Amino acid sequence: MNFQPHDDTEVTDQSLEISGVSKSFGRFPALKDVSLQAKDKEFLALLGPSGSGKTTLLRVLAGLEQPDAGEVRFAGEDFLALPVRRRRVGMVFQHYALFRHMTVAQNIAFGLSVRPRSERPSKSEIADRVADLLKLVQLDDLGKRFPAQLSGGQRQRVALARALAIEPRMLLLDEPFGALDAQVRRELRRWLRDLHDRAGVTTVFVTHDQEEALDLADRVAIMRDGELIQLGTPNEVYENPADPFVYDFLGAACRMPGVVEGGRLTVAGWESKAPKTAPQGPVEVFFRPDEVAFGPIDGPGLAAEVRAVAQRGPDVRIECVIEGEIFELEAHGPTLPNGVAPGLPLRVKPLRPRVYPLATA
Amino acid sequence: MSDQILPNPSVGGAVARRRLPRWVEPSILPGFPLAMGITLAYLGLIVILPLTALAIRPLELGLSGIWQALTEDRVAAALKLSFGLSAIAALVNAPLGLLLAWTLTRYEFPGRRILDALVDLPFALPTAVAGIALTTIYAPNGPLGELFAKVGIKTAYSPLGIFIALLFIGLPFVVRAIQPVLQDIDREVEEAAQTLGANSLQRAVFVVLPAIAPSLISGVSLAFARAVGEYGSVVFIAGNMPMKTEIAPLLIVIKLEQYDYAGAAAVGLAMVGISFGALIVINAVQIFLAGRGRR
Amino acid sequence: MTAAANVSTSSKARLPGLAILLVLASVAVMGVLVLFPLFIVFKEAFAKGLPTYLAAIREPDALAAIRLTLLVAAIAVPLNAVFGVAAAWCIAKFEFRGKSFLLTLIDLPFSISPVVSGLVWVLLFGAQGWFGTWLIEHDVKIIFATTGLVLATILVTFPFVARELIPLMQDQGSDEEAAALTLGAGGFTTFWKITIPNIKWALLYGVLLCNARAMGEFGAVSVVSGHIRGLTTTLPLHVEVLYNDYDFVGAFAAASLLASLGLVTLVLKTALEWRHSGELSASRRH
Repeated sequence: MNFQPHDDTEVTDQSLEISGVSKSFGRFPALKDVSLQAKDKEFLALLGPSGSGKTTLLRVLAGLEQPDAGEVRFAGEDFLALPVRRRRVGMVFQHYALFRHMTVAQNIAFGLSVRPRSERPSKSEIADRVADLLKLVQLDDLGKRFPAQLSGGQRQRVALARALAIEPRMLLLDEPFGALDAQVRRELRRWLRDLHDRAGVTTVFVTHDQEEALDLADRVAIMRDGELIQLGTPNEVYENPADPFVYDFLGAACRMPGVVEGGRLTVAGWESKAPKTAPQGPVEVFFRPDEVAFGPIDGPGLAAEVRAVAQRGPDVRIECVIEGEIFELEAHGPTLPNGVAPGLPLRVKPLRPRVYPLATA
Repeated sequence: MSDQILPNPSVGGAVARRRLPRWVEPSILPGFPLAMGITLAYLGLIVILPLTALAIRPLELGLSGIWQALTEDRVAAALKLSFGLSAIAALVNAPLGLLLAWTLTRYEFPGRRILDALVDLPFALPTAVAGIALTTIYAPNGPLGELFAKVGIKTAYSPLGIFIALLFIGLPFVVRAIQPVLQDIDREVEEAAQTLGANSLQRAVFVVLPAIAPSLISGVSLAFARAVGEYGSVVFIAGNMPMKTEIAPLLIVIKLEQYDYAGAAAVGLAMVGISFGALIVINAVQIFLAGRGRR
Repeated sequence: MTAAANVSTSSKARLPGLAILLVLASVAVMGVLVLFPLFIVFKEAFAKGLPTYLAAIREPDALAAIRLTLLVAAIAVPLNAVFGVAAAWCIAKFEFRGKSFLLTLIDLPFSISPVVSGLVWVLLFGAQGWFGTWLIEHDVKIIFATTGLVLATILVTFPFVARELIPLMQDQGSDEEAAALTLGAGGFTTFWKITIPNIKWALLYGVLLCNARAMGEFGAVSVVSGHIRGLTTTLPLHVEVLYNDYDFVGAFAAASLLASLGLVTLVLKTALEWRHSGELSASRRH
């Protein structure tokens, strides 16, 4: 593997296929019949709240857990038949798991130095590889330091270099930026994506941060309670969330009960043409607080009364009461939309509402 | 430890699985069978086998025989002496240990580090060495023994001598039990008490003491357990007069020399039993105290 | 050192009188109770001058006692270390039923008298023990021989290494080992290159304590020894034999060697606590 932009004519297939994987810990079902595929050299994000099973799935891929049922095929091979040591999977742990008694250079070289004699590169080759990787992760002069002497962001980069050193067929990252502060997270995010593109390796990335997942991934797999809820490109899942949970998880959501009958959607007294894909009967209508238009009281839209208005940085927060409930809506830009002032009644028209069947649970 | 490829009926292909016994949670870490094997073999040979012998041997005498052996005057006196003096020494070690732990954690003075290290000396010093040293000091013609004799108090070769020896060996247990807790006491809680008007004595009694009570009890019970079984430090200074200054461990040695294995085992078993009983009671008290704190 | 950092400046300023009183009282207690006996050992050992001291130490029975003590420790301590590592590996890295029972077993020697720890071997291997007749028939000597001394010492000292390692390894978790496995290391390589370096100071600390106790053990070995001078007396037993014979200089000379061992152990132990506190179990950090 080289770190130049990868050649599209390369033949190595790194596609991942997970079928029907289930895993329980005692009575707790961590994974329930999960099936998904990652394309060759894709950057796939496993996104979900804690307890969704995403880390368990990652550990199954690494070989750190054995599923109770299901198949995993990587590049056509039966992956589960391989023990951890032979999968050649690079794993980056949430808390880095750097070997505290080894220098940075020794950490990175570890995967190479434990290879059986016949496959092991010479000492100078290993040293060269370590130097290349240190340059790649921009830690050139820190080879002789110990993990305790590094910052969180630096440690994470060492963990990544260590995983890359073994030329992994697949890269697995378990909430790698979880323990870092916001600024460092953002920087490392871009850098990680860039690294992935250059290295050309299939990557599976676990996170609970939807912004991160939507920003980085080629495709996002949203999980909840051990099940795969939706799989698609960031755009697909954001524009067409499969259910209210996904909608709510991916961004701020306003929801209102309504009814769809004969092609018409009625919500909060406002009748409009129902979206083509809307289900019939009692529904829940979702919209984003910043995807609304404010109009005069005699026009279309939900009847609302403005309670308070506040400038918050680049946006304006508009607190409205609709059908007795308070909604915090947003308008982008430094000025208030026309006709919006505290105490004023007006109409709020969701620009892109999504309609889901009303949950009976 | 090699990985076994076993056919897994619920899965299409083969699954690489470590074979761990059913009572262990699955893990990819290696070495459990080997490590557990060593552990169990060692414990079985070194602990379980000998203790089984201890438990079974007295049965030779039959239950009534055991009772007789234990309530015989000499044995009863020795047991009372050992347990009684151990309890008193452990309890006296409480304020002493508290004094030392407090001074070491709260004040800065030259030589503090050395004093801190020396607290472990009774623990690091071989018991026979402590035994003969203490005897020399408190013998009637010894430096401190002389002083006491002038006032008419007999130290060596009396229960008081035993008590002093038990005090010596129990001290580190109490100090080391409370020290970490004293160090970690949330300063803010004390400061809050201060702002509410408590003076230092009130703070010590109402804030610090309850916080260290569980570890103080733990340290005292450790000192007690150690004192009950102590032999080397005590057997020289005790005088070893039956019914008066004979400690239970010595009685075991004497019975062995008389080939009264069953009798010796009975006394040993009684000592183990009473110690365990005491520890269970102490544990219960600790849990009770800890529970109160949670309400 | 964290203790120094924790000292409240306000308590120093507020009641200087009380502080001085407490410090003096502490020093007095330690001085009389702990330091004085230590001092007496060396005073009595050298009471008749250096030549007598050296003669006492070089005396054949004393030398034999020293050799026997070293031999017993040389066998018991490494065995206990292996056990300690094995037990800590099981307990810290795996979940299984019966763990707390195992831990209770490991703590057992601390709650039974050393005399009982020697008694149990006599019950097994003594002339009237369970295996007594078998041993006599096969001319195997355990009680009143080195093997008995080793067994008694092992029973008394085996918890030391395990108790140092278990909390530390539990604290450290298994992430590093898991990482090593994903990088392709085998089981033994992982253990040797990752686990052992992470516990080496705690292991040393445990071995140090185990050794001090093994060499200084008196009660347990007294029961199994037979007190045969020059043959089955370890150094602590030699002290007893000489003392009971009123050879005080001899007894204290031997005792001074043991006291020095105790002091060296203290010094090394404290050094480890100060310089490697991060790598010892939490209760050892000052």
